[in-house]
Amino acid sequence: MAYTEEELKKELETKEYEYGFYTDIESDTFPKGLNEDIVRAISKKKNEPQWMTDWRLEAFRIWESMEEPEWANVNYEKPDFQAISYYSAPKKADPNKTLDDVDPELLEMYRKLGISVDEQKKLQNVAVDIVVDSVSVATTFKKTLAEKGIIFMPISEAIQEHPELVKKYMGTVVPKTDNFYAALNSAVFTDGSFCYIPKGVKCPMELSTYFRINEGGTGQFERTLVIADESSYVSYLEGCTAPSRDENQLHAAVVELIALDDAEIKYSTVQNWFPGNAEGKGGVYNFVTKRAICEKNAKVSWTQVETGSAVTWKYPSCILKGDNSIGEFYSIAVTNNYQQADTGTKMIHLGKNTKSTIISKGISAGKSQNSYRGLVQVGSRALNARNFSQCDSLLMGNECGAHTFPYIEAKNKTAQIEHEATTSKIGEDQIFYCNQRGIDTEKAIALIVNGFSKEVLNKLPMEFAVEAQKLLEISLEGSVG
Amino acid sequence: MLKINNLHAQVEDKEILKGINLEMKAGEVHAIMGPNGSGKSTLASVIAGKENFEVTDGSVELDGEDLEDISPEERAHKGVFLSFQYPVEIPGVSVTNFMKTAINESRKAKGLEEMPAKDMLKLIREKSELLEIDRKFLSRSLNEGFSGGEKKRNEIFQMAMLEPKLAILDETDSGLDIDALRIVANGVNKLKSKDNAVLVITHYQRLLDYIVPDFVHVLHNGKIVKSGGKELALELEEKGYDWLKQEAAV
Repeated sequence: MAYTEEELKKELETKEYEYGFYTDIESDTFPKGLNEDIVRAISKKKNEPQWMTDWRLEAFRIWESMEEPEWANVNYEKPDFQAISYYSAPKKADPNKTLDDVDPELLEMYRKLGISVDEQKKLQNVAVDIVVDSVSVATTFKKTLAEKGIIFMPISEAIQEHPELVKKYMGTVVPKTDNFYAALNSAVFTDGSFCYIPKGVKCPMELSTYFRINEGGTGQFERTLVIADESSYVSYLEGCTAPSRDENQLHAAVVELIALDDAEIKYSTVQNWFPGNAEGKGGVYNFVTKRAICEKNAKVSWTQVETGSAVTWKYPSCILKGDNSIGEFYSIAVTNNYQQADTGTKMIHLGKNTKSTIISKGISAGKSQNSYRGLVQVGSRALNARNFSQCDSLLMGNECGAHTFPYIEAKNKTAQIEHEATTSKIGEDQIFYCNQRGIDTEKAIALIVNGFSKEVLNKLPMEFAVEAQKLLEISLEGSVG
Repeated sequence: MLKINNLHAQVEDKEILKGINLEMKAGEVHAIMGPNGSGKSTLASVIAGKENFEVTDGSVELDGEDLEDISPEERAHKGVFLSFQYPVEIPGVSVTNFMKTAINESRKAKGLEEMPAKDMLKLIREKSELLEIDRKFLSRSLNEGFSGGEKKRNEIFQMAMLEPKLAILDETDSGLDIDALRIVANGVNKLKSKDNAVLVITHYQRLLDYIVPDFVHVLHNGKIVKSGGKELALELEEKGYDWLKQEAAV
């Protein structure tokens, strides 16, 4: 069969969420609702010191006084924050576990996700910290890393074992008062990853976290803190999936990156939370605050491939505080069916000779809405700041939307800011051209989309790029009948 | 090899092909000439299986098989190749990557393994030399920023890579300067064999000096109004199309 645009569209709508299975693991879930007692209970459950409990309670009080933001170009039914359970841990988790002790069902789940821990450990030289619902289940490679003085562990353990680092840095990039979801996260976060790279150390492997929402009616509030001390380097990978469910699940994460003088952090995300079904029912609300601070000569690169979630609200940003610091943002956001994404970045230039690059690729199909929202801000003392932004949108069919909201605020005359934007459509002519060369429509779309996204895919670490390419294909294609 | 019987085709309710009959045997080169709007490119698209054209009557057969329900990609797998008049751009997809995908998809359809990288490279080297293509060209995005001549040369390069049974060259000469024309024609001639056939669609006689047809057909208003040997092309060059239009109107 060859395709007209109508048929093409229909086909795109019928793709199914590949990771929609539910694993039956006994879990320990809190009653629904949120109040100070719940916050205290979370803190107690995690055996936290008093300072942490107080920190959470303060965040909770701030959150209570805040309103949910409405400025994003998205429409959704607001979550009922009292109808969510704020803690869900797989019951069999044990702090002294080794890989062999991990629940075989959990391991089976990872296998379905294509992230066999063993395999990653042996073949890919990736240290993985896996967060299922809210507790980190298995951390591999800990020992190898420890020899270099690298700390990579669940943040709950870091609070116990390295309170001085957590205390010093947590909340310094994304303060509790930053926004509604960040305040909520600060009050109720249950786990996440902590990473510290000592001075002058180049982390010898990619560090990776896999997040996954399993329990129904739970929110996932993970908190990640990455500190790269002076002249160090780390590449960090984050992948996310969730089983399909009718009700909307909330995910409100906070990620803070601290790159001290001459340090470099690469942070890559592949996000594939359940996007809802073809009628727009269910799916994950992904309201995430990610921000980095760059000290002198430091560099932070955010790379994200966003294919999932019903609603995405996410702006990985860089505060270029130190002179000569560099911020980069490379993004592919795919929306299909009724998905909505409002995503982009903020580059805040404060230091002299700071540079930022923004490459954003939005792909919209079905009835989805895909918005790029980006801020480039140059402070009055940021001499010779430079920014280059490029926002490209690719449309499939006639019912989806692509939007670009670039904000530029320059308070220093020496700033050089460039912005380029394009919008294109996958045309019947392109598809026919490929068909004529023997390439079927499904493969043709994959080829065109991969070509469109190439600049960003090239920024991903090798093993992640392959997975990301696969995800792009899954997100946009159905089985050809 | 190719047999077209009383072919009628329309696009958006407008009939463009009004009863075409054409038979091509292996080893033959046929040329279809005709004024603008006579239906030349439509004929090419219909043979390749483009869906916006609705076949309302008649048939197209390849090796005795009716192509009616055969998808464009399957027609390609069976050896139909169309050199496009206006090749589309596919940003971010290199010529090499595109060809690799095309060849391996065809092989997959035939139940073959993917072509080993070594063989692929060898094939690319061989064919790019045939068409005097600079290797750097092959890593550029498909047709993006190509000149008219580069696009056409790239089409023939793809033809060389895919080794089709039936090649249709739709206005391949337009946009080519005389040197490029010679290179392209030379490439086509080298690819010609007793087992394949070439259908050259052109407005002008020029290309036929280089790719010499066995038969020339004149298309006018959706019908073949005259067929003959290669001399017919020269006659058209000299007299234009008007005398045929009048002849057809009688």
